[in-house]
Amino acid sequence: MNDDIIIISDLHKYFGQIEAVKGVDLNVRRGEVIIIVGPSGSGKSTVLRCINHLELPTSGSVTIDNVNLEDKDTNLNAVRAEVGMVFQQFNLFAHLTVLENVSIAQKLVRKRTQAEANEISMVQLERVGIPEKADAFPIQLSGGQQQRVAIARALAMNPKIMLFDEPTSALDPEMIKEVLDVMLDLAKGGMTMVVVTHEMGFAKAAADRVVFMDEGQVIEIDEPEVIFSKPQHDRTKLFLSKILQH
Amino acid sequence: MTGPEIQAQPDESWSSSWREFPWWLVAIFGFLGIMAILVITQPNYREAFNFIVRGIGVTLYTTFVAFGLALILGLLAGLGRISSNTALRNIATTYVEFIRGIPTLVLIFTVAFVIVPPVSEGLGIDNRFISPNTRAIISLAVIYGAFLAEIFRAGIESISKGQMEAARSLGMTYGQSMRHIILPQAIRNISPALGNDFIAMLKDSSLVSVLAVRDITQQARLFAGSTFRFRESYLVLAFLYLTMTVGLSLLLRWYENRIGKNQR
Repeated sequence: MNDDIIIISDLHKYFGQIEAVKGVDLNVRRGEVIIIVGPSGSGKSTVLRCINHLELPTSGSVTIDNVNLEDKDTNLNAVRAEVGMVFQQFNLFAHLTVLENVSIAQKLVRKRTQAEANEISMVQLERVGIPEKADAFPIQLSGGQQQRVAIARALAMNPKIMLFDEPTSALDPEMIKEVLDVMLDLAKGGMTMVVVTHEMGFAKAAADRVVFMDEGQVIEIDEPEVIFSKPQHDRTKLFLSKILQH
Repeated sequence: MTGPEIQAQPDESWSSSWREFPWWLVAIFGFLGIMAILVITQPNYREAFNFIVRGIGVTLYTTFVAFGLALILGLLAGLGRISSNTALRNIATTYVEFIRGIPTLVLIFTVAFVIVPPVSEGLGIDNRFISPNTRAIISLAVIYGAFLAEIFRAGIESISKGQMEAARSLGMTYGQSMRHIILPQAIRNISPALGNDFIAMLKDSSLVSVLAVRDITQQARLFAGSTFRFRESYLVLAFLYLTMTVGLSLLLRWYENRIGKNQR
């Protein structure tokens, strides 16, 4: 049990009358890379956003590193500091420079000094390959660069887990690779990752397990070789035939 | 579509600069210039000016202090309007809708004579010690707080939800996210609207003369009443307000241009 850093059990989420997530169970082991795939509207992003309670589950529970998020005494902010998140729309803070983007939460949440925060920020910006943009504003960067800054911002908090919500969906095709390369490095480095994506090549290369979701439910979880070459369920087969056929 | 059809005009530089030229500014500066000459050369106008201008300190003090308080009230009420807490949200909405539905003059009387006495007694202060000017400032602050609340609310709502989500996902509290991420961006967006309300408040500060506060409007009324020089009194009064508001509004246009350029 201690090996499972994320335990999602019987997760339900309603938006008004619509049940977006219909009882999802998912355990993620420490250091594991999980890729969630599925048609749009299948609830995969909602499951991801429930992991750090950006979206509050209607029922069910999420446990992160043995801390139950449904427990009233749980400090959600402390849990979120341990769980980095990268968004489809990057969501860099528009009024702050790249360096400030990466360092602000370190100072406010981790209580690091300006100097410590800047130093760690520069290390992370080196890691994602754009230290020279430290003083630029987000609007001056390309989409791929913005997304790499967003990854650096999350990593600077030294998270135990990284969540990616369709990190390349808003990018121009030529910029997708630079972001996926950073993510692949991260996966090889042993980071626990949960990634919602449509990049099947990345899923094959990085995933320990692939989760296929449809209509708010987990249909199938297996190693990428199995999911992509001999899926067990018809819905998985149908989905894969739609996206892999060109 | 009704109205005349817009013809594509050949964009000749002389005609376009002719059309774009700020003639309205020439007219206003013309009026201000004529008034300045009258004040300098005509004893009647000079006398009126010297008497009325004594209230300028009260006008400016009232405006600045009331606006400062209104900013605080407006921010709190604006945050209340978007709060997920039902009680807070309803208290803030009640305040805003109440104030917006009642004329400014009526509110000034109500706050000064109906609300201030029991509240001050409740706080253990003899309400006779609360000067008319203090009551005027409280009234204006309460009224403008409601207007500013809507501006703050709109400003906060203009910032994409992703900014708050990103901040919260990093472990920042709601308060930290508001203060360091949302409000700096929101305030930048609403600063022109805040400036407009500041100008509006400068003008509405004239209403406090009904409480016998000796601002420039009250000074003008006193001067007109004692000398029967109505024309001089009120033209000089208009001249003073217009000088301040036009100056502020030009400053605001310059500032808007500057942030417009910075935002690319």
